[in-house]
Amino acid sequence: MAYDKFNILTSTAVPLPLENVDTDQIIPARFLKATKREGFGDNLFRDWRYNNDDSPKESFVLNNPIYTGKILVGGKNFGSGSSREHAAWAVYDYGFRCVVSSFFADIFRNNCLNVGVLPVQVSAEFSELIFNAIYDDPKTEIEVNLENQTITILSTGAQESFEINSYKKENMLNGFDDIDYLQNIKGDIETFANGLLL
Amino acid sequence: MSKTLFDKVWDSHVVRQIEGGPDVFFIDRHFIHEVTSPVAFLGLKSRGLKVLYPERTFATADHNTPTINQHLPVEDPLSAKQLKALEDNSNEYGISHWGLGHQKNGIVHVVGPENGITFPGATIVCGDSHTSTHGAFGAIAFGIGTSEVEMVLSTQCIMQPKPKKMRINVNGQLGKGVTPKDVALYVIAQLSTSGATGYFVEYAGDVFENMTMEGRMTVCNLSIEMGARGGMIAPDETTFAYLKGKPLSLKGDAWDTAVAHWKTLKTDADSVFDKELTFAASDIEPMITYGTNPGMGMGISKNIPTAEAVEGGVATYKKSLDYMGYNENESMIGKKIDYVFLGSCTNGRIEDFRAFASIIKGKKKADHVTAWLVPGSHEVEALITEEGILDIIHEAGFVLRQPGCSACLAMNDDKVPAGKYAVSTSNRNFEGRQGPGSRTLLASPLVAAAAAVTGVVTDPRDLL
Ligand code: SF4
Repeated sequence: MAYDKFNILTSTAVPLPLENVDTDQIIPARFLKATKREGFGDNLFRDWRYNNDDSPKESFVLNNPIYTGKILVGGKNFGSGSSREHAAWAVYDYGFRCVVSSFFADIFRNNCLNVGVLPVQVSAEFSELIFNAIYDDPKTEIEVNLENQTITILSTGAQESFEINSYKKENMLNGFDDIDYLQNIKGDIETFANGLLL
Repeated sequence: MSKTLFDKVWDSHVVRQIEGGPDVFFIDRHFIHEVTSPVAFLGLKSRGLKVLYPERTFATADHNTPTINQHLPVEDPLSAKQLKALEDNSNEYGISHWGLGHQKNGIVHVVGPENGITFPGATIVCGDSHTSTHGAFGAIAFGIGTSEVEMVLSTQCIMQPKPKKMRINVNGQLGKGVTPKDVALYVIAQLSTSGATGYFVEYAGDVFENMTMEGRMTVCNLSIEMGARGGMIAPDETTFAYLKGKPLSLKGDAWDTAVAHWKTLKTDADSVFDKELTFAASDIEPMITYGTNPGMGMGISKNIPTAEAVEGGVATYKKSLDYMGYNENESMIGKKIDYVFLGSCTNGRIEDFRAFASIIKGKKKADHVTAWLVPGSHEVEALITEEGILDIIHEAGFVLRQPGCSACLAMNDDKVPAGKYAVSTSNRNFEGRQGPGSRTLLASPLVAAAAAVTGVVTDPRDLL
């Protein structure tokens, strides 16, 4: 899926300082039955967000109107567990364009990059700074600059740079995905396949 | 330069290296199922693309299928729609499809090896994280997301940075009642669920060399639970013996040529890993988990650790124990359980049913326990009958269900009710994994069987 180009994102952020948030929490399996990509945002963190009778759980951060924005700040080892890309779709569909964590599970990070959500891995210290800044003032804006690979807490000026491989970076800046790239080198792929034993 | 098993297989599948980017990585075998493929096909259609090599993709229905009355129409309309989409897409693009009711139907990671689709040195992907199972054959196998499913369908490639390499050695003799599942849960408990993130693991040492293929599959299956991309074991005579004569295995001269090549798929003696860990088999007990991730496991005779004794956040740990209704320092032995689930691609093979039967034989299911015994495939189901295990199951008051993923992810009706405890041979004990509010204790088929007949967590060594 080609998605919106990502360059500089300036937004308030939603804090979720739990560790090991797994993709079963991000989108429980019973919501995987859709045959379309849209609509998963409604069930993002479903079981943390709603009671059994579908009333919102007030204590959960997504139900707290003080915290809004296009950036989700999670705890360590965010996105562990099942490979379901639906987790990344749900994050995107809900309206997040960036997830910040001090550590990401591999597949989730990959899935995010494929669907237009930028995973930004920061140091544990910087993660603390962000959480503190948001809790001090929920209106704190965070700037994520993909071109320069920096994340900045605008109120304090605290900044850190983050890693992303240059290929994925180009893709995100241009709103391209891997399929666009692979389609262009099909000739090479066919030559390779013809040389295989099995 | 000396190479590891992983290097050998990886490097031989790189179509192109991108400066500062991932490798264009060729995929030999691709499995699809009804849950993660429909959107990928939708993507293909919207871009007007074809499936490049339909003969390299295999479809089976397993994730949301019912495990009783499979001859009847699927009741849940959403599941039925996904199953229909898988069938229609497979037909439209010429992909072989083992749908519900087909004699080869079963869990994707059970039917793949069983039919010889999996082979040493292969690259294998599927939109399911436990694809790592196939690493037992010396293949590089891992789970992918739906966008990548679309890539493989249209170009037989994905874009992957090469992971780092880790070797995990386990040496010595496993004690009585200690199974491959326990080895895996032990290693995960040592490493935590993120201890191998960014790595691809090779398992080595005599414990794995002496393991059957099914045991190796259980171990590789669980690699993902310590964060690894996948895990693999060098192919050897055990591997070749398992694959020889399988329906889709090579035959005749082609087989001999392949075996000669597969024998070269070993880590060279002086290879270096980014990380290497060694454990002693004698330290491993039958394992059980007490928390809400697979790293929260311990030897069954131990007490639940205190928050201070574990790595990571105290708050997260306490939240997890709260969810389970357990306390620090408690023993798990004697805790009442409500459900038992024997099945999944982790432990739904014939050896798992043999192990389960060895404990329940001549005993009775505890009255208050609901047990779901779900074979991984029709082939496993047939063997259960053939070997007389079905009689043992019936005499002990259990019933056998029909193949599928079942309560492993509880997308069908096999859901553990809120607050209830299930001893499960599957792979994940996350909050709500087996049904909203369900509480899962992961363990081996032996531990599951011991719980099923006593109704409480029981050390299986007491019943062997
Ligand atoms: S049994 Fe569970 S882990 Fe295995 S393929 Fe099915 S859902 Fe995935």
